[in-house]
Amino acid sequence: MSNTNYIGQSPKRVEDKRFTTGNGRYTDDIVLPNMTFAHFVRSPHAHAKIVSVDTSEALAMKGVVAIFTGQDMKKTGIVGVPAGWQVDFINGDRMKEPPHALLVWDKARHVGDGVAMVIAESRAAARDAAEAVVVEYDVLPAVVNAAKAVHDNAPLVHDDAPNNKAFDWTLGNPIGEVDAAIAACAHVTTLEFTNQRLSPNAMEPRCAIGNYDQYNEKYTLYTTSQNPHLTRLLMCAFVLGIPEHKVRVVAPDVGGGFGSKIFHYIEEAMVIWASKQINRPIKWTSTRTEAFLTDAHGRDHVTKAEMGFDKDGNVKALRVNTFANLGAYLSTFGPAVPTYLHGTLLQGLYTTPKINVKVTGVFTHTTAVDAYRGAGRPEATYLLERLMDKAALEMNRDPAALRFQNFIPPFDGVTQPGYVTQVALQYDSGNYGPVLERGLEMVGYENFRAEQAAARKKGKYLGIGFSTYIEACGIAPSAVVGALGARAGLYESAQVRVQPTGKVSVYSGSHSHGQGHETTFAQVVADKLGIPMSDIEIVHGDSEAVAFGMGTYGSRSLAVGGSAIVKSIEKVLEKGAKIAAFKLEAAVEDLEYANGKWTVKGTNKSIGFGDVALTAYVPHHYPAGLEPGLDFSSFYDPANFTYPFGCHIAIVEVDIETGKVKLNRFIAVDDVGNVINPMIVDGQIHGGLAQGIGQAMFEEVLYDDDGQLVNASYMDYTMPRADDLPMFETDRTVTPCPHNPLGVKGAGEAGCIGSTPAVVNAVMDALHPFGIKDLVMPMTPERVWRAIHG
Amino acid sequence: MIPSSFEYMRVSTVAEAIDALRHDTDAKVLAGGHSLIPAMKLRLSQPSKLIDISRIPALNFIRDRGKYIAIGAATTHGTIATHKTTVQKLPLLAHAASMIGDVQVRNMGTIGGSIAHADPAADWPAVLLAAGATIVVEGSTGVKKIPASEFFVDFFTTQLGEGELITEIHVPEPTVGTYRQAYAKFVQPASRFAIVGCAIQFELKDGVISNAHVAYNGVLACAFRDAAVESSLNGQPLTEATIENAASKAGAGSNILSDNFASAPYRAHLTKIYTKRALQSCLA
Amino acid sequence: MKIPIKVLINNKEVKTMVEPRQLLVFLLRDQLRLTGTHIGCDTSSCGACTVHLDGNAVKSCTVLAVQVDGRSVHTIESMAGSALHPIQEGFKEEHGLQCGFCTPGMIMTTANLLRTCPNPSEHQIREALEGNICRCTGYHNIIKAVQYAADKLQKEVKHV
Repeated sequence: MSNTNYIGQSPKRVEDKRFTTGNGRYTDDIVLPNMTFAHFVRSPHAHAKIVSVDTSEALAMKGVVAIFTGQDMKKTGIVGVPAGWQVDFINGDRMKEPPHALLVWDKARHVGDGVAMVIAESRAAARDAAEAVVVEYDVLPAVVNAAKAVHDNAPLVHDDAPNNKAFDWTLGNPIGEVDAAIAACAHVTTLEFTNQRLSPNAMEPRCAIGNYDQYNEKYTLYTTSQNPHLTRLLMCAFVLGIPEHKVRVVAPDVGGGFGSKIFHYIEEAMVIWASKQINRPIKWTSTRTEAFLTDAHGRDHVTKAEMGFDKDGNVKALRVNTFANLGAYLSTFGPAVPTYLHGTLLQGLYTTPKINVKVTGVFTHTTAVDAYRGAGRPEATYLLERLMDKAALEMNRDPAALRFQNFIPPFDGVTQPGYVTQVALQYDSGNYGPVLERGLEMVGYENFRAEQAAARKKGKYLGIGFSTYIEACGIAPSAVVGALGARAGLYESAQVRVQPTGKVSVYSGSHSHGQGHETTFAQVVADKLGIPMSDIEIVHGDSEAVAFGMGTYGSRSLAVGGSAIVKSIEKVLEKGAKIAAFKLEAAVEDLEYANGKWTVKGTNKSIGFGDVALTAYVPHHYPAGLEPGLDFSSFYDPANFTYPFGCHIAIVEVDIETGKVKLNRFIAVDDVGNVINPMIVDGQIHGGLAQGIGQAMFEEVLYDDDGQLVNASYMDYTMPRADDLPMFETDRTVTPCPHNPLGVKGAGEAGCIGSTPAVVNAVMDALHPFGIKDLVMPMTPERVWRAIHG
Repeated sequence: MIPSSFEYMRVSTVAEAIDALRHDTDAKVLAGGHSLIPAMKLRLSQPSKLIDISRIPALNFIRDRGKYIAIGAATTHGTIATHKTTVQKLPLLAHAASMIGDVQVRNMGTIGGSIAHADPAADWPAVLLAAGATIVVEGSTGVKKIPASEFFVDFFTTQLGEGELITEIHVPEPTVGTYRQAYAKFVQPASRFAIVGCAIQFELKDGVISNAHVAYNGVLACAFRDAAVESSLNGQPLTEATIENAASKAGAGSNILSDNFASAPYRAHLTKIYTKRALQSCLA
Repeated sequence: MKIPIKVLINNKEVKTMVEPRQLLVFLLRDQLRLTGTHIGCDTSSCGACTVHLDGNAVKSCTVLAVQVDGRSVHTIESMAGSALHPIQEGFKEEHGLQCGFCTPGMIMTTANLLRTCPNPSEHQIREALEGNICRCTGYHNIIKAVQYAADKLQKEVKHV
């Protein structure tokens, strides 16, 4: 084996020297000369008319540079930040898309809505002056629950969105067929539930620095973004109308995103706009409470789902009706999450022949809801996998056996076609039995029921829960998603620049904020070129360095961004071969490339990659008609999504005296296609599991009826801590993706998508002796205790 | 998050601290700051001046004075958890201290600061009640010794008067072997403060319980001893039946706290369960 | 009004003027440009701001700069010599970090743990890290990183 066979190996991360020594460079670490600091005055009310804003006292305070209010912004004619996806009503009416103003001047529509921006010489001065801005509000009634917001008498979030509906949408088989199929079923399992609202809580709060250079008429935005180019595009084309070639957006090291840093936020546009007004750089750094109030939330579905079975336990039909809470405004991908990322996943791993889903997108007086790790797919998986375990219980079937019986048979997507679902997708490749088989083996399922029975006799309540999920990553191709309402393409770009000395710089439109692209991408390049990883530099996150990019979300970086890199490498090797052939006085067809050199087949005549690179840049003795240089870009637009799948199994113990749930074991067998760096993939799975388990056991954004977010701090919003979780037991099967050059599927969200229902199912299993069939998430001790003790 | 402006003054004696407090009634005392600074960052507290007492040697010690152990008010939880004297002679306090917050909080937060703040969910008040501690308070009119049982009055309210400073906590040394002690708590999962904490101390002679102190935090507006539970224990043998009976008496009060993590009925129930668990840990 | 303080920071004497309300974390980050110490929560919950004060781990978002006058502060920037510290090495070797934002705090808290408890059990590690939130790793590899560091540090002790 050559020492440049990097694919499938686990080299330690290139990033970690800087991160472990405190030398990461995050946005708030950046200081520009003459920089000012912004603090936003935010509405303390969920719904209120803004009667007046008095900034006179604040403006007179020491260190205050400028204050901008909603009225100031109204005068600019800037409408606000747009949605990036259009989902129209079933009857053809256009989606309601009320403006999301940079600062509101008429009404505040959620707690945290921006009312004024205070800019001062220091963080403290800005904070002090913000307190002195006097805003008079006329407080109005609010609505926070999506199912209630559609009632005729509910307060309206936007006057031009009757019944607070942004859109309604349906997918699948005609509802009449599905109704009839359900009516004909021997058994129907019903689940009515709320998939609760979550806060993503990346550990690094959002931060944005805007800097306008008046002499070059150029803007620079440093921002905590998962996709700096998309932010630039939205800001230039749709929000501020400033020229894109005069705007540089940099997303340096970013401390986690989980979706919340995909979207273009008003603070980014405000620091850019205001820096031109004051001709100085402006930094805004979110506090954690502001993060709770303004970072887009996730989930928040109110759903009724019914799954019908024939007398033998075969799934025959699925009917789903969901009210999706979108918050007060449409966030960038807000409309896409409950529709195209949720409804399309309702086939699951099962052969269900009839499926219909209806989703109503609803405005409420709450923070906007958008993609949070998994984005729609956890909601779909939750309802399917809860239904499966609940149905097994109701039909007195083993939950694993019921799944095996209903799995789609294996298909590789090459010799067998992809599986066409009832909900608009074609799965790429799948082999679902082995993940469940392996999971059962790891958990020791054969012995578990006996253990459980013995434990119950001692008053110890153990439970096992299953989840066999499928998800969709690397959403594509652009033409298809465009037809479905996306206002952006979903390709990725990559430039592979071979330097004259044979060292390689790679410019990727993907963005790493914890995923380790600097390592994984370098492994791909090193492996394909047969050169050491240390000869490769991965550059990302700067619109001035990288040609264009769609960024990182939806577990797309390797499948789409990595494939773009491979395409560019192929071009490098193709041109390199021409140069090598010329130098070796051989035909291109007679060359083979391996271990960093071209060799004339069957001879020992060869030329190294570095020599070819140098020749390309010093083309003295060079093929006629061939351009100098060795530098290629590619834009890769995938043929399809990729479809990872897996089996998650939880074992819990419920303390029936207190209702406290303890997670004893968690087994995850995931199939994410080919794996470039197993260490990093395992890490991605672990992190996803923790967040999915967090939803099941701990996490929930709580609004009271007045629209106050009552747990907007880490003292009140519970996330898993080190002592809440066990060591995870993980394994993999490998079913390569047939349609991208790396055969990879995506691993970032899988853990979060599969794990939540496994934990809830385990709690339900533990509580079976008490006749409990369902509980709302999170399974807090009091909820569990109340269920047990009536 | 940034506090509003204030003046800062570091004092090196108790007398200086008291003098400074007398001159500025809006001033607040700063020891570890782990109750005060969070409130100031939220601007819920906006004192005119902070009087830093953390460097006063007379407030930073743990000393065996024969009948009782004296703990300086500015002693950190971490020191109480690990100091030889507390570990050997006041194991209840050392154990409870090791359960406060997290290691970083224990390294900075002080016992005096915690009891002056009197958060209903804080651990120290119940533990000091169970241990029969006395709070030593000094003001311009002199020194007062207030039993812990009288010190905690209401939500964030104590007998500490204006211009007064907690200087020491005196804890009687239980006679090893005849005393049983325990502290058990059910924590709020985000803040890790107690939803219910139960601190217990009693004498066990010939298998019979006497002199029982059973105190709670997290349950009512301030920490309290429950006479009904205590009397159900005194004179009884330490058995599962006694424990069950005592637990059944717990959590009977009205005005039990309620929040998003635990409603009043659930808290009342947890109070019984944690009474039982604390007592059961004394069986061993 | 600003007042003077003198602090030993990473073994170097620093004399500066601070407002009394200046938090230690802002002194480190904004004034001294030691940006390895991070702010994650503002409520002394997450531990991203953990530094050592006179050798003990504290949360620098809940300490005033004036409180450390005359005392010694160590930040993440002081941990590595010419090579990574064994704890830093453990985090790298065991993939105990992803986005890196919580990592300096995790490392500083781990150092506090391994000083007081050189050979911790998994349970002790999890309890010791309860004041540090990581949103990326699910803690699995952080536990392994701490175990790696404990092993390595104990071997180093034996060799001395």
